[in-house]
Parts: sequence; C-alpha cells; structure tokens
Amino acid sequence: MRNITKTFGSTVANENAQLDIYRGEILAILGENGSGKTTLMNMLAGIYYPDSGQIYYDGKEIVIASPGDAFSYGIGMIHQHFKLVNVLSAAENVALGLKEKGRFNIKKVAARIRELCDQYGFELDPEEKIYNMSVSQKQTVEIIKVLYRGADILILDEPTAVLTPQETEKLFRVLRNMRDAGKAVVIITHKMSEVEELSDRVVVLRKGAYVGDVLTKDTNAEEMTNMLVGHKVTLEIVRPEPVNPKPRIEVKDLVVRSEEGILKLKNISFTAKSGEILGIAGVSGNGQKELLEAIAGLQPVESGSIRYIRDDGGSDELVGRDPYDIQRMGVSLSFVPEDRLGMGLVGSMDITENMMLRSYRRGHTFLLDQKKPHSVAEDVVHDLSVNTPNLETPVRRLSGGNVQKVLVGREIASAPKVLLTAYAVRGLDINSSYTIYDLINEQKKQGVAVIYVGEDLDVLLALADRILVLCDGQVSGIVDARETDKYEVGMMMTRLSKKEKEA
Amino acid sequence: MGALASLGAFLVSFLPRAVAQGIPLLYGSTGETITEKAGNLNLGIPGIMYVGGISGVIGAFLYEQRLNAGAPVNAFLIIMIPLVCSLLGSLMMGLIYSFLTISLRANQNVAGLSLTTFGIGFGNFFGGSLIKLTGSEVPSIALTTTSQYFSKKLPFADNLSWFGKIFLSYSFLAYAAIIIAFVTAYVIRRTRIGLNLRAVGENPATADAAGIPVGRYKYVATCLGSMIAGLGGLYYVMDYACGVWSNDAFGDRGWLAIALVIFTVWRPDLSVFASILFGGLYILYLYIPTGTRLALKELYKMLPYVVTLVVLIISSMKKKRENQPPEGLGIPYFREER
Repeated sequence: MRNITKTFGSTVANENAQLDIYRGEILAILGENGSGKTTLMNMLAGIYYPDSGQIYYDGKEIVIASPGDAFSYGIGMIHQHFKLVNVLSAAENVALGLKEKGRFNIKKVAARIRELCDQYGFELDPEEKIYNMSVSQKQTVEIIKVLYRGADILILDEPTAVLTPQETEKLFRVLRNMRDAGKAVVIITHKMSEVEELSDRVVVLRKGAYVGDVLTKDTNAEEMTNMLVGHKVTLEIVRPEPVNPKPRIEVKDLVVRSEEGILKLKNISFTAKSGEILGIAGVSGNGQKELLEAIAGLQPVESGSIRYIRDDGGSDELVGRDPYDIQRMGVSLSFVPEDRLGMGLVGSMDITENMMLRSYRRGHTFLLDQKKPHSVAEDVVHDLSVNTPNLETPVRRLSGGNVQKVLVGREIASAPKVLLTAYAVRGLDINSSYTIYDLINEQKKQGVAVIYVGEDLDVLLALADRILVLCDGQVSGIVDARETDKYEVGMMMTRLSKKEKEA
Repeated sequence: MGALASLGAFLVSFLPRAVAQGIPLLYGSTGETITEKAGNLNLGIPGIMYVGGISGVIGAFLYEQRLNAGAPVNAFLIIMIPLVCSLLGSLMMGLIYSFLTISLRANQNVAGLSLTTFGIGFGNFFGGSLIKLTGSEVPSIALTTTSQYFSKKLPFADNLSWFGKIFLSYSFLAYAAIIIAFVTAYVIRRTRIGLNLRAVGENPATADAAGIPVGRYKYVATCLGSMIAGLGGLYYVMDYACGVWSNDAFGDRGWLAIALVIFTVWRPDLSVFASILFGGLYILYLYIPTGTRLALKELYKMLPYVVTLVVLIISSMKKKRENQPPEGLGIPYFREER
C-alpha cells in the first residue's frame, strides 16, 4: 500500500495530505485537534469521500466509496464512538451485516471469535451482551469486528482516550501482536508518550496538511512538538495589563471522577484572579471540561474545594451547591461543545428565547419579561454581527459559527463576575474570533475573572495572563504567558514536567 | 365431579370464542412487532386493520355482485379476491406511513395517529357507500357467501368432541395467524435477516456502518407488518363477524393489538398465547353473571387494559434490557446526522 494523496476542495479539513501505510508497521498519526487526522482516516474507511486525490493500494489506484468498499480492501476503522448494538451479544454484533454463505449460525461466529482472541491475546466472551461490558471490552469487540472481516489495515481513532493505563497497556500488547502478524496498524493520537512507546513511524499533520514523516527511533519528543506546533502568523491580540487583580476563585486539591469511574481530575489547585485571564491549555479531553463543569456546579466533585471569594474578602464554598445558586453569584459558564447546540442553547427556539433561558427566573410577575431579552438579543446580533435573517429564526438554522456567537454573547451579556469559556472561537473565522477576544478583554478590564480554555496555543499565549497546563487530569504547570513560549507549553501539554513526575 | 364437568363445558364454549377474539389481535400485534423491530412505532395499526377489513369487503362485495348476476361460485376466486384486496389496501397504508416517516422523516406518532384517523374514516366512508348501494334496511352489509368460505372449519372438527372444538374448529386465517406469528418469532431471533432487522431498530447508525441497507429494511418491515395487521381486519369481518360489515364495529381492537406488543415484550410467539388471553379478557364480561348491574359489566370490559398497564409497570420495574423497546424506536434516522 503506497502513496495516499488526498486534496480537499473548499473545506480545509485536509489539504494535499499524503500518507503511506506499510504492512507490519505501527504508524502513529500525530496532530492537534482539528488538524484533520480523523477526516483523513475516515476517507480511508469509506465514511467520507475525498473531493480530489487518489488512493493507491499495492500500487493500483482504488476508489473507496463506502465502508463496504473499505472492507473489501481489508481496511477497518475503530471509531472513537463505538458503533455497537447494546442489547445484542458480542458475537451478534460481529455478525451484523455479514454476507456469509450458508445457514446463519451464531455459534460458528462465536467460535471464530474465540480463535481470534487466542491468536492476538484478547480477552472476550462472545456471548456477553454489550450493555454489560466495560469501555475497553467494547473496544475489543470493535477490533474483533474489524479483524473478523479479514482486515489487514486497522485504523484506531484515539483508542486510549477512554482507557485506564492498564487497559492501554493491554491494547498496545495486542496491537504489537498484530503488527508482528504482518498487519498494518494506524493509530490516531495526540499523546506524545504513546507515539514514543508504540509506533514505528510517525506522520505529523497540521491544519489538514502533511508536515512530515519520521521514524520514531530517529526522533524525539521535542522534534515532534516542533513539527506539531509549527509556525504560523502571530496574532496581534491586545493584552491589557490586569488592573488590581485579586483572587476570585480558589481551587484546592480538586478530584473529579467520571461516571465510568475514570479519574478525570487529580488534585487540581489554582487561583483565578479578577481582572485577569487565566488560560487553560491542554490536549482536548484532559480534564478541561470537567474542571469548568465542576466550578459551575454541573459536575459532582469527589474531593477538594472550590471557593468563591467575594469583593469584601469573605468566601463561599461552591462544591455541593446548586448550579443556579452558583450562577446567581456571578459565575457564568459558556462551554462550546463539539456539537455546539449540545449545551447551552435550545435549537428549536429563537435567539430572544435563548436569551431568556438565562433570565426567565428573574421576573417578579407571572408573565415573562420579553423586552429585556429582546434588546439583549438585538445587542448580541449587532455587536457580534450574527448572520441571521431576524431574531425569530430558530437557532438550529444558523450556521455553527453564528450559533456560537449567540452562546458566547449571551454569557458575556449576563455581566458575570467569573466567566468560564471553553473553545469560544472553535470553528469561527478570524474576524469573529477577534470580536470574541475583544469582548473577553472588555470583561477583563471590568474586573471579571476569566478562565479561558483554548485550543490554539498562539492565541492563548497572546490573550491570557497566565496559562495553566493540564495533562492527563493533572496540572503540569502554571506559567506566565508573557514569559513562556509555545514549545514550553507544548511540551507540558503532552507530558508532565519532570518535577511533577518525580513528586 | 359435577363442578369439574361444568368447568369443562364452560371451557369448551369459552376457549374457542376467546381464540376467535384473539386472532385479529394476534395479526395486529405480529404486524406491529415487525414494524417496531425496525424502529418504527406505527400507531396507524388500528386504521390499517380497518382498511384491511374494508378493502376485503369491497373485493368480496364486487365479486358477490357477479354471483348475484348468476355466475357460479369459484372457490379460489372467492377467497383470493378479498384476500388480495385486503393485502393491497393495508400495503398502501404501510407505504404511506413508510414514505412519511422513513423518506420524509416525519414524526412517527403524528403520522401514525393521522393514519388511524384516516383509516377509520376510509372504512366508514366505503362501508357507508356499500350499505347505500345495497339499499339495505339495517346499517350493515352482509357478505354471507364469502364468509361461508372464509369461516370453513377443518372438516373433521365436529367429530372430535371437546378436543376438536378447542383446537380444530377454526378457519384457515386463524391457523395462518398462529403460523405467521411463530415464523416471525423464529426469523427475528434466529436468522441473519432477523439480526439485521433488530440492529436497524436498535441502532440504525451501527447497522448502516455494518453495511445493512437501513432504509430498505425499514420500508419492508413496515409494509410487511401493515399487511399482516390488515389480515386481522379481514379475519374479523369475514370470519368473526360472519361477513357482516357495519361501521365502527371493529372497535378498539387495533389499540389492544399495540398494547399486546408491549405485553409480549416484542415476541410474536408469546403473542399467540397472550392474544388468546386478551381475547378471553375482552369477552369475559359476557360470562360473568352481573345481573342488571350494567356498571359492573363496563368494569369487566376494562380488564385487558388494566392487565396491559400492570405488565407495563412490572416490565419497567424489572428493567431487563432485552424486554425494553428497541432503542431506536420512534427516532427517524438519517446518515448525515452522525
């Protein structure tokens, strides 16, 4: 298999990306969020279809138009979000959609699964129902599903994101077995340590484009970070000096566990000051969401404390409080999730009504106050130049970027004391991004404590006063944004600093 | 001994009637189960059963017109014409529902309920028209010749005392209902097609990724389910009601069929027995002496619904995953949304 080159026309998901995959090798694809790793692989797996470009298989050009086509070339992909039917057993899930000849016999399928398990060192009971399985078992079913169909090329999209270290170790052993059996394994990741530990070769993607291709043994983390972060036009973002910063939020030894029991935050401690922007850097999924939700009262906290310090110097504990109480104290959360509408906005309601979601409890009469939300909506639309036919358009119909402006605009309009924002500019064009930066700076000048979770290191470095770097649910460091550079932060993002490791 | 004998006599007279009541429910619930297994909650079933009934009546009526004109009775045609008409009528309803909910992704509840309203209106309109055509004095239309053929029992049923009465005294449509139910249960649980169908109903995105044609499965399951349910309407008119169509006589059996699907936790094989139980409960009030207290009678009529509610409560309390409705039930699927 050689020389996969793909170009995308209008979207910049992938631009002239290219990739070689060899049998008997583990290839890691490294890149920041949104650098097009998953898109590129989805084209191999038949989920997306490339706008232009060619795929060669053993030197011959092929067309992959559907998952079925991909299977026929022995390409199987294990998606981040598993595609399994919960009430069926593992064997039944594997048998789904198979077009084998002869009488349907689930026992035969189960027997073949056991063979595969022995061959590669999986542990799995084919009769077990999916809903009884742990995340790692489900992943095993997904891998077997692909192997069962005779895949030679396995693509795993961030397979370790949901696994414990022990499970990750087990998975890596299995993947090495597969490599030794002559299969090609591709893993998408943004964890440097995994690349170093597992892969034979690394391909780095940045902003949808192919940056480079190195043998893992010939490189080191620093060089990979260089390739990963790359160079780009420095953004001119104003950074006013913080005025009279005072501690506002004090987080101490915060521990948060996800529903599945995975430790998401380990002993986080920091202070956010008024009139200051605290940037939070880290590869997505390293605890940013949990941290913000814990402060906003949406996430159960296992231990630790979050204290809100009032202007008069007194302080209140936020842990265990109702989110509405926290909100009334002036803590405002604007989290922009990947699907944008998932949190914060109701898609079928219009802009004014979405503004009302924040204010409806404030009125004292039986009827809702329509006027104020309406004028807030007008302001947001005007200030952020939201592209909408009118205020009565359901938010769902707006484009993603505009939806985001409505969300961020509303949170800022609620005049908070603490503004929590995550990925505020995700998917926004340059102009809108700058409007958002200006708005955030405006809040900072008014003495709001801003906690800004960002993906783009350049922006974080230019906008924030201090940067807290999260890695694997731990603080790998808090640095002064004026004195650090993105290499330092990038290194901290992918591994805990030596000091922390020893501690 | 005397008590036992009278219980026996009661069962011999009660059971066949319970079965006859149960068969339309069995058709309806088997059809609805197939549909729901594909993720479509078709609340149009009551209307579809109506249409299945009236379509058969129309076919039979036209054929009997020819008989009245002096043509000899053709045993094949007199069965096949109403049967095919009934199947086509309910197929049309199934296609409308499928087109609305699968192709246009309309809300399934709204589409289903409007089909029910439409189906009942359709039945009453044509029923009324036919009654007008015959110029009958009573508000009903009798298709006795057709009914004679449809309700033919197994020839040796009468010679076999109680055994014959309980097990052999039914028409071919009744046995067909039971066979269809068992075959459906087998296909759903044991075959590749059934596995794929369940996947479509549980998680269409997964089925799609596995290369299963989701839309085709949904269309076929919904239309097939509608046709099976429609046969329940045909059985009701031609056998149970002895070929007499009168408007609204079919009643709320369609809703009972849908309740039966939940009652049997989406298993047509269980439905064979449950439908007879429901049929029995449905007519139990006729056998319980209530004297002049009509209110009590009405209370007994509630029994099937009370039982359904109790089962719903129990099954949701037990929370066994296999006994829950298909996960994708009621949710339209389209690929671009993943």
